[in-house]
Amino acid sequence: MNGEPTTGGAVETYEKDFRSYCIGGALALVLTAIAFALVAFEILPVFERLVAIALLAVVQIVVHFRYFLHISWHSHRDDLQLVLFTSLILFLMVGGTIWILFNLHSRMM
Amino acid sequence: MNTSPLSHPGLNLGSVDEYSHEEAEPVIFGFWIFLMADLVLFALLFATYATMSVQGQADGPSPADIFDLSSAFIGTMLLLASSITFGMASLALKYRADGPHLVLWLVLTFILGAGFIGMELRDFMTMIAQGAVPQLSGFLSSFYLLVATHGIHVTAGLIWMIVLLIQLRVMGRTTTVKLRIMRLALFWHMLDIVWVCIFSFVYLYGVTL
Amino acid sequence: MSAESSFSLLGNLGAQDISFVHAYENPVMSEFIAASAGGFMVVGAVIVIALLSYYRGWRSLWFDWLTSVDHKKVGIMYIVVAFVMLARAIIEAVLMRYHQSIAVNDPGILSPDHFGQLFSTHGSIMIFFVAMPFVSGMMNYIMPQQIGARDVSFPLLNAISLWLTAAGAALVMISLVVGQFSTGGWTAYPPYTSIEFSPGEGVDYWIWSISLTSIGSTLTGLNFATTIYKNRAPGMTLFRMPLFCWTTLCTSILMIFAMAPLTIATLMLALDRYAGFHFFTNDSGGNMMNYANLFWLFGHPEVYILILPAFGVFSEVISTFSGKVIYGYKSLVFATMSIAVLSFTVWLHHFFTMGQGANVNAVFGIATMLIGVPTGVKVYDWLLTMVRGRIRLSTAMLFSIMFLVTFVLGGLTGVILANPPVDFAVHNSLFLVAHFHNMVIPGVLFGMIAGYQFWFPKAFGFRLSERWGKASFWCWSIGFYLTFMPLYALGLMGAMRRTVEWFRPEYLGWLQVSFAGAMLLLSGFLLLAVQLIVSVRQREQRRVPAGDPWDGRSLEWSNSAPPPEYNFAVIPQVEARDAFSWMKEHKKAYLSPDNYEDIMVPKNSMVAPVIGVAAIVFGFALVWHIWWLAIVSFTGIWGTVIARSFVTETERVIPASEVRADHEAWLARVREAPVTPREREDTSDNVGRAEVLA
Repeated sequence: MNGEPTTGGAVETYEKDFRSYCIGGALALVLTAIAFALVAFEILPVFERLVAIALLAVVQIVVHFRYFLHISWHSHRDDLQLVLFTSLILFLMVGGTIWILFNLHSRMM
Repeated sequence: MNTSPLSHPGLNLGSVDEYSHEEAEPVIFGFWIFLMADLVLFALLFATYATMSVQGQADGPSPADIFDLSSAFIGTMLLLASSITFGMASLALKYRADGPHLVLWLVLTFILGAGFIGMELRDFMTMIAQGAVPQLSGFLSSFYLLVATHGIHVTAGLIWMIVLLIQLRVMGRTTTVKLRIMRLALFWHMLDIVWVCIFSFVYLYGVTL
Repeated sequence: MSAESSFSLLGNLGAQDISFVHAYENPVMSEFIAASAGGFMVVGAVIVIALLSYYRGWRSLWFDWLTSVDHKKVGIMYIVVAFVMLARAIIEAVLMRYHQSIAVNDPGILSPDHFGQLFSTHGSIMIFFVAMPFVSGMMNYIMPQQIGARDVSFPLLNAISLWLTAAGAALVMISLVVGQFSTGGWTAYPPYTSIEFSPGEGVDYWIWSISLTSIGSTLTGLNFATTIYKNRAPGMTLFRMPLFCWTTLCTSILMIFAMAPLTIATLMLALDRYAGFHFFTNDSGGNMMNYANLFWLFGHPEVYILILPAFGVFSEVISTFSGKVIYGYKSLVFATMSIAVLSFTVWLHHFFTMGQGANVNAVFGIATMLIGVPTGVKVYDWLLTMVRGRIRLSTAMLFSIMFLVTFVLGGLTGVILANPPVDFAVHNSLFLVAHFHNMVIPGVLFGMIAGYQFWFPKAFGFRLSERWGKASFWCWSIGFYLTFMPLYALGLMGAMRRTVEWFRPEYLGWLQVSFAGAMLLLSGFLLLAVQLIVSVRQREQRRVPAGDPWDGRSLEWSNSAPPPEYNFAVIPQVEARDAFSWMKEHKKAYLSPDNYEDIMVPKNSMVAPVIGVAAIVFGFALVWHIWWLAIVSFTGIWGTVIARSFVTETERVIPASEVRADHEAWLARVREAPVTPREREDTSDNVGRAEVLA
């Protein structure tokens, strides 16, 4: 599977692209393993554990974007704008929903 | 207008296949937009789950009562592996004009993805057998909807994979078929990203809280 | 769930669900009205079928229209759907206004259940099946031409979106004859709409018709955004686009992100109703307040989806009929973008009274007031466009001016409502009803009518009658004020919305005035129909084949009327904003191109109508619990998609020689055409070559 590609003229880019998936895969694997280990072996106090899991998730998402989806600061401006705008919308919708519903819940008790 | 060598998300064909590369930009951008809309869908399912897993347990079980972490871990490994094998398939698509590599990597991806779905179905059946059905509480309703929506997306991706494997055989490696494989790649990687959130914020959080 | 365990081929459907049978078994006024409505619809359908057969139009209907993926045809079909559904929804409104004008200490002519269905269908139809198709159709027709493109990026997807919306509309129309519609309002809040309190099929009709059209809208947003980002003519930078294209882009972004919350809300409601889940139930951990949250996460951006295209139309109409470049182009662009972003930050103002703390309400109240600022910027820009302009009071311009005055009034009442303590007093009263009609009617409806008057000659090749247009305008305008100003007063006097009977005699006078206004609104609509019929009959004297009857400023005016299938014989090279005005000023308009090339256009496809019909069947089957049919039609939809993906010949060639022949013939006509001075714009002298004034 790691033999020379048969299309001419693009050897270095093949290496680069191949490395991208390998690095991404390895990083994702490690980040996943750490997250599960934190819970399985009850490492860290509860609050810190939750924060750590969240951070590991965010980092892994960035790893996926960078190494699997090839989205980085070098991407086409339209694609970057769309990702960033989507992130804003997600933050507003998810953050807003959680804020509102927890506020309502606390006032029901 | 575009000063970047990368004209769209995912692996760019670039100088390897310039015609397809040019055709790809609007087509993949459109699909990228669809994925963003899909992300909003998942995000709201997460937001609903976040509140209901805490506030909506009623008299039913809590997440810690019913989640099987080892099963979730295996599923995660299967899905992550399938993302890597799809990456290999993308490389074969770009750099190997012919040969069995593309099809073999896609088939491997399919097997791993089907394995993931199989594990998930087994998990659901175990939970249902224990009485943890979605009709029991708000928490369970939101859990099943979130995870099953992801599972249905993965299943759709598997069906799509089969159709594309048939098209590779019947239509050959035309630009159209290549662009479809590239879009499926984006879809597949995006679903793995959603799964990262699911195993983190549903399973790991559920067992910890 | 049904107590019977036996399998029924027709699910829950029975003979007594047909409205005529139901009226026969329950002969009261309310039932007769319902049955007549169903009857009208059936008769209308029969008449259409008869006319099509008489004029032998079936072939043309199928091959030229229903299977077309041309954005211009798709746009026109969207607008046809909008007008048909507008007819129904206006009649429903008039019926409700009439009933309310007599239902003070009197049961009136409508039963509470019927009244409940009426306000539910009126709202649902107006928003999802009148306003959405109208704006989608307008953007579909105009935007690709304005950016110098041949079509949208995904033409087949475009047709599928149209058919999904038509399928939703069909389901709502079917509910007039088979079964009943929801009585939960257009917002369908649980637990009222849960299976416990609304056990029938009504809410399910609402769920599935809305779900179908919302998928169509998401796909439309995706299509338009890709087209604008990737399909513009060379030289057409984003900041050289006409403002209508900017509003289309922002609307598309809203469509992409805002429809998902609705899909989620309706899906969760469906799961509660069909499968006993607990998303919004009273017990077992359900959270009904999340429905309001999810629904309005969609609902607020939705109203901006409706108004932004109208704002785009007004920018085009006001600058054209003032004979001036639009004032403050960049500020209009940034205002539009601000509105788009801010529209995602205000949704809680629809449920200030739901029980959140004052801090939460305050944050959203402030955000709501903020969003009025960019709109204000736009109003000033439009006014300043008119200052020192040479204004022509065409029908489109009249609607625009009336919009400026009336919409601002409605906006002011919006700022009042944005104040949580004030809202606690008037939430869900007729004050609120007056406010939102004060936004949609002068805003969305007048905008779409103005766009229709403005671009009709481009689309069909002949101008509409200004006389009848102006008559219609006066009815709409006076009718609006008469109908809705009393509602502000009534709301402040304590009258609530969705009320079938009142008991305070001081309401009566106001309600009667309101009914008179509703009759005027109906007249306005009928006069639009008269305008169309008269104009069609006089079309030979009204023809504008040269394509530019108003001295238009943007590229859609640079081709023939009606335009060729491929829009432009040669894709234009754009040098500046107001691209066509620039060409006319620099004597670069109507020049023969050096080179003609073959043009590839997408072939017609029956995939879209097949999916549309299958979607109607799917929705119907789900409503009536006919599970086997639901599975079959669902498989049919996806099977069609997969089958289509195996088709390789999806385009056809229009040879360069044909393009050359058609284009040169048209150019010859244009060069011979007399230039029409502005004073003669509304006469048969106008053949589409308007005078360009410096």
